[in-house]
Amino acid sequence: MEVPILKQGHYLIASIQSALTDADLSQLREALIERVGRFRARGVIVDVTALDVMDSFAVRTLRDIAHMARLRGAETVIVGIQPEVAFAMVQLGLTLKGVSTALDLEEGLAFLNVQTQLRIDRGPGRLDRG
Amino acid sequence: MATKGKDAQSPLPDPQAQTESTAALLRELVAHLRQNRTQLREEWARRITRAQLLTAMTEEEIFAEATSVYDNYVEALETGTFEALQAYARNLSERIIPRGVETHEVVGIVLLLRDVLARSLFGKYHEDFDKLNRILDAYEPAANRIANTVAVGFVQERERIIRQQQEAIRELSTPVLQVRERLLILPIIGVIDPQRARQLTEQLLRAIRTNRAKVVVIDITGVAAMDSNVANHLVQTVEASRLLGATVIVTGLSPEIAQTLVTIGVDLSEMATVGDLQGGIEEAERLLGYKVVPLEELTPKA
Repeated sequence: MEVPILKQGHYLIASIQSALTDADLSQLREALIERVGRFRARGVIVDVTALDVMDSFAVRTLRDIAHMARLRGAETVIVGIQPEVAFAMVQLGLTLKGVSTALDLEEGLAFLNVQTQLRIDRGPGRLDRG
Repeated sequence: MATKGKDAQSPLPDPQAQTESTAALLRELVAHLRQNRTQLREEWARRITRAQLLTAMTEEEIFAEATSVYDNYVEALETGTFEALQAYARNLSERIIPRGVETHEVVGIVLLLRDVLARSLFGKYHEDFDKLNRILDAYEPAANRIANTVAVGFVQERERIIRQQQEAIRELSTPVLQVRERLLILPIIGVIDPQRARQLTEQLLRAIRTNRAKVVVIDITGVAAMDSNVANHLVQTVEASRLLGATVIVTGLSPEIAQTLVTIGVDLSEMATVGDLQGGIEEAERLLGYKVVPLEELTPKA
């Protein structure tokens, strides 16, 4: 099943609706990374609210998406991890290190707003000071 | 004394005849025990005191309990039913457990009674060895069952109390409190075992979701000791909370715990720690963009 990717301002939102196969996940990763460039996105939100299981491949793919998107200039945030899923992930040692997370879509958007604003504020200022 | 009776055992009569006579023998036995009630009961109470059992109770109390145990004992021997004795044992346990009576004491006094009675039987029938044998054959299995019933009743009652207390502790143990919009505190008091750690984490994660919390302060001032297992549970809780988008601040690590953690080499570098609960809440407020100022600073000076 293909995951719909929506464009919202400077952000891309991928909302996972049902359990995904490994192939679906890889496809999602490729599509997202490609679109970050095409839409000049500053942020990516992956919503996993609908997932009640998260295996190691899914976690690795999410981490890869975050790192790859960062290389392409966009910040990624994973939103909507369920409490039970979080607990199971931690027990399995799948902790999404270095990847930002937020409670839900709203929080994720707020997080990205702060994050991108910081980068804009910092950008020219640093050069001026230098 | 009972073993002495066994040593003297002659070849058993055929089992059929034995079963038939057991009831009659027990009747005779009970009559004997009823007759010598006062003397045997006193002997038993004396031996309890001498063996320094039931030290938590006064001599009068021991005597009073001894009387009712004795009567129940004889009744169980007579009727061959143990319900009344079982109920009595449970009732007795309920009364004496809070006073610190130990399992070995209860088992000890029941075995003493068994001993006192066997000795008295030995004294009565020692002239007729064959009769003594048959009496003991009838007495011992019943006496063993009685001892077993009382001991099991006591232990069961004890376990029931322990379970009840565990339940109570578990219910009281994990309050997750909201102190400001989107700020939770979780004070942990007492011992953390794997089961409690799990319950704690699950409850916290659920609370983060329902309260839409962004910052959680876990205060462990009330945790006396910590080993690598507990520390790992704590790290897991912090990581799981982060997956839900909440930042965790741990406060109140005692000097002992700090030393233990460093000595055993637990890596807590991922964890934000602040000295005390006040500091933790202040840090959380800063993260959330709150600023607490005294009222006079707010009113413009004229």
